Amino acid sequence: MNATTTLPTRKDEAWRYSAVEALDGVDLDAWRAIDVAAGETFRECLTIEDGPGTGASELRRLRVTLGAGARCELFAVIAAAELGRIEVEVRLAEGAHFELGGVTLGGRETVREFVTRVVHAEPGATSNQVVRAVHWGRGTGNFLGNIDVVRDAQQTDAAQSFKGLLLEKGASVNAVPQLEIFADDVKCAHGASVGQMDEMARYYMAARGLSPELSRRLLVQAFIGDAFVALDDEGERERMMAIALAKLDKHL
Amino acid sequence: MLKIENLHAEIDGTQILNGLTLEVGAGEVHAIMGPNGAGKSTLAYVLGGRPGYEVTAGSVTFKGQDLLELEPHERAAAGMFLGFQYPVEIPGVSNVQFLREALNSQRKARGEEPLTGGEFLKLAKDKAGLLKLDMDMLKRHVNVGFSGGEKKRAEMVQMGILDPVLAVLDETDSGLDIDALRVVGEGINAIMRAPDKGVLLITHYQRLLDYVKPDYVHVLSKGRIVKTGDADLAKRLEAEGYEAVAA
Repeated sequence: MNATTTLPTRKDEAWRYSAVEALDGVDLDAWRAIDVAAGETFRECLTIEDGPGTGASELRRLRVTLGAGARCELFAVIAAAELGRIEVEVRLAEGAHFELGGVTLGGRETVREFVTRVVHAEPGATSNQVVRAVHWGRGTGNFLGNIDVVRDAQQTDAAQSFKGLLLEKGASVNAVPQLEIFADDVKCAHGASVGQMDEMARYYMAARGLSPELSRRLLVQAFIGDAFVALDDEGERERMMAIALAKLDKHL
Repeated sequence: MLKIENLHAEIDGTQILNGLTLEVGAGEVHAIMGPNGAGKSTLAYVLGGRPGYEVTAGSVTFKGQDLLELEPHERAAAGMFLGFQYPVEIPGVSNVQFLREALNSQRKARGEEPLTGGEFLKLAKDKAGLLKLDMDMLKRHVNVGFSGGEKKRAEMVQMGILDPVLAVLDETDSGLDIDALRVVGEGINAIMRAPDKGVLLITHYQRLLDYVKPDYVHVLSKGRIVKTGDADLAKRLEAEGYEAVAA
């Protein structure tokens, strides 16, 4: 029991847009270690959903170490808690790959966020992170993504993509890509955008008979689908999508 | 079937339709022609209930019910199809998914059983074949990466699948080459030429009317119908121009 852990504040870079006041009583030292041996593949689908055990804050902190040529694929939906947060620290050895497909959804005053730190520690490793955020009410979605490429990690190929979809006025998203690159022969790409529902598309769909609820559902489904493109398991893909859409159906 | 009386409508405070009156009966094809800015597309959008188009006076009844009271998706379920001049792209949503949801939404609203995936695919295949559109196109996202002609052909496949009672086609012929024009024209005939159906064909040119022979041709100018005739009127317009014929 470590009662002396001091709670983070918004002055901490990694908690800048977070709901730190919801953190009370959470064990911040609970990091889960995932070690993937050379050449092995690890895949996990994580969800933070509404349920009887859901607290004010739900944190998942993962520390992933990838051996040479190893692969880690994480797919996640954060759709519950005042503060729902998935933090991932990844260290990639030579030729390893890290894949993240994340979706945040939420309304009211909730904060749902992904915070990643991907360290390309050796040459030839690749990483790809796709996060889609759909928020309404006064909900907030965040993606804070650090990518560190160390001096010797030549031929690194790292990509980050974030898109936010705001369904109502008052909702917000924050994207903070931070790239620190100390090697010279690398590819690092990041993109972030935020927008609203395409009203012309909704009218077109209405003109074909789709109700406003159904057209919104289809457009949201198309929007968050990007995050699960790399998930090579149709059943899991459908399950993750169903969890995300159920959240939307329940609140809108 | 469709009765428009003294229709006035505006966009952003600008009056576009000024007392338009028109009746389309079952089994009839009406063509509406007119110069740029006459209000042709506005008429289509007002009938389709597009947000931002405000009706300030007049009435529209469709199969005896007040069309203007219905939401856009309810108009579709009631049997109206609006063919878009510029069909909208919807990234991430396949034509098959979109049209199956659309058809089943309409069926549900009418108290009919939904089609299964297999039944729907068979129907879609039939209609795509009719319009000579590759079935692979229907597996792609709605209108994304389609050429102008492909978009218009896809609109007609949509119309075939949804099987409306009334089609309001807004410049369906624009952007089509000669072969595509013939295919689309024949498609309209195959889908909509029936004793219980009606068509309102909005067009700039007479070309499409060579394939879809209208029963009535109306000239729209400054937001109202200024002249009505038969198919020959379209030919005269083409030869002599709007100003000479409709002045």
